[in-house]
Amino acid sequence: MKRFHYAQPRSEQEAVSLLATPGKETVALAGGTDLVGLLKRMVVTPDLVVNVGEIRTLQDIDHDAEGNLWIGAAVHLDEFLRDRRSDPYASAKQVIQGISSIQLQAQGTLIGELLRRPNCWYFRDGHGLLAKQGTMVIEGANRYHAILGNRGPAKFVNASRLAPALISLGARLRVIGPEPDQETFLDLADLYRTPTSEGENENVLAPGQLVSHLILPPHGNRISAAYEVRHGEGPDPPLASAAVSLDVRLGRVQEARIVLGQVAPVPWVAAEAAAHFVGKTITEESAEQTGVESVAGAIALSENDYKIQLAQVAVKRAILRAAGLETGGLDGPMPQRPVERQTEPTPLV
Amino acid sequence: MSQSTSKGFSRREFLRGSSAAAAASSVASTAIGQDTAVAPQVVTGETSITLKINGESKTAKVEPRTTLLDMLRYQFDLTAAKPVSADGSSGASTVLVDGRPVMASSTLALSVAGKEITTCESLVDDEVPRAFVEHDAQQCGFCTPGFVVAVRAFLNQHPDATEEQILAGLNGNICRCGTYANVLQAVVSLVKGEQNG
Repeated sequence: MKRFHYAQPRSEQEAVSLLATPGKETVALAGGTDLVGLLKRMVVTPDLVVNVGEIRTLQDIDHDAEGNLWIGAAVHLDEFLRDRRSDPYASAKQVIQGISSIQLQAQGTLIGELLRRPNCWYFRDGHGLLAKQGTMVIEGANRYHAILGNRGPAKFVNASRLAPALISLGARLRVIGPEPDQETFLDLADLYRTPTSEGENENVLAPGQLVSHLILPPHGNRISAAYEVRHGEGPDPPLASAAVSLDVRLGRVQEARIVLGQVAPVPWVAAEAAAHFVGKTITEESAEQTGVESVAGAIALSENDYKIQLAQVAVKRAILRAAGLETGGLDGPMPQRPVERQTEPTPLV
Repeated sequence: MSQSTSKGFSRREFLRGSSAAAAASSVASTAIGQDTAVAPQVVTGETSITLKINGESKTAKVEPRTTLLDMLRYQFDLTAAKPVSADGSSGASTVLVDGRPVMASSTLALSVAGKEITTCESLVDDEVPRAFVEHDAQQCGFCTPGFVVAVRAFLNQHPDATEEQILAGLNGNICRCGTYANVLQAVVSLVKGEQNG
């Protein structure tokens, strides 16, 4: 690890003033499950590490007057899982249960999970998020890389497993800093962006800003579920995932939100497929069709065409799971379609 | 121990072991974790922290970049927790911090100042390692201390766990020898209370 300074503020104001130290590269530390490994590999080399885990106001889960559930930046995954107030948010709980490591659940925080840096091995080996404008990924090992939103130089996939579920649940964030007493709210979906030039991050946070709270709206009568396609058990990232949140009345879908994970540099909101799902009844056929529509426009790299089918299946099974239907196993092949491949380096824009 | 400005941990300091730690505890220090009324200080370079390790109050000299694992191994000679993976994905460095299972390799020592650490060494008379021995739940033994601590933490929370819950709960530990089946048997026997007889 590079040498760095360390601070452990006890209030949000102190944290912001430390994170916004002029001329210093700073980073917020919560559980450390991702950050400490990156510090060791010197992929992240801050001047100052600010541990926000001891800030009292960030350690709580609270309902506000409107029924929103506020989850502080120091709330651990298992604390949320065990809190009865998390019960209505089924998809989020399913994802955390899927991170089936008691260490990661006890040490990791929800907001830290949302801000995990990409698992792209070129990034983790120090080649930057874009790894030579995407050429290293296109010409190299790309079986875990993006199939959607990958036409630009960014080919990594967003690392958060919770983000698809929380976006589909309509989560928002409270962000503080960089000015003292500055407070902004944004939709979780708007936190993420696809970088187009090296030096840009995968999120929109400015230096000195801290995500202090995750805010989940009242669930109402919506049903939700997540489905992760994994190659094994354990804390490894899934190959593809999907989360859905549905408003179903009298057997018909009134409103739908479908978000895919591990397929694009951002959690992939399948808005068109979701809109098309409205008015339908939930059957295996309609779920399957929605899965196919959710990955419309996917372009495979040399080694990851398999992810297109996995993403379709993830959407289908998330829908069926939300509806309480059997998600099935080997139930015949999914409809095949010709796979478009991206083999040439993307022209620099 | 001198108020040295030495960087990192020398072999000499390491060999001095616990006597050095005991001497250091008498040195007045600006340790974090002791006084929460002062303004938040930015820690630069080596600092003293106090914490409880296996029931005993200890003082350690750590840098901001010192991990909990390095501190336990090199300052207190508590080598049960193992350095296997940089990011803690192996679970071999599992210890309890205030009763919660965390990976010491991905925890900064400064962040546990004032807290209570429980390592595998303190579980020597516990029923968990006994069950591991009885069910032959280790081969090379390298992952075993991490597994033992994880099982202890898991059973504290789920004393009546099913096989399915055990398998899911212990996914954060990797055993390259593949002794999972025997670990499972050991944990099942603990749930059934067979160790009491």
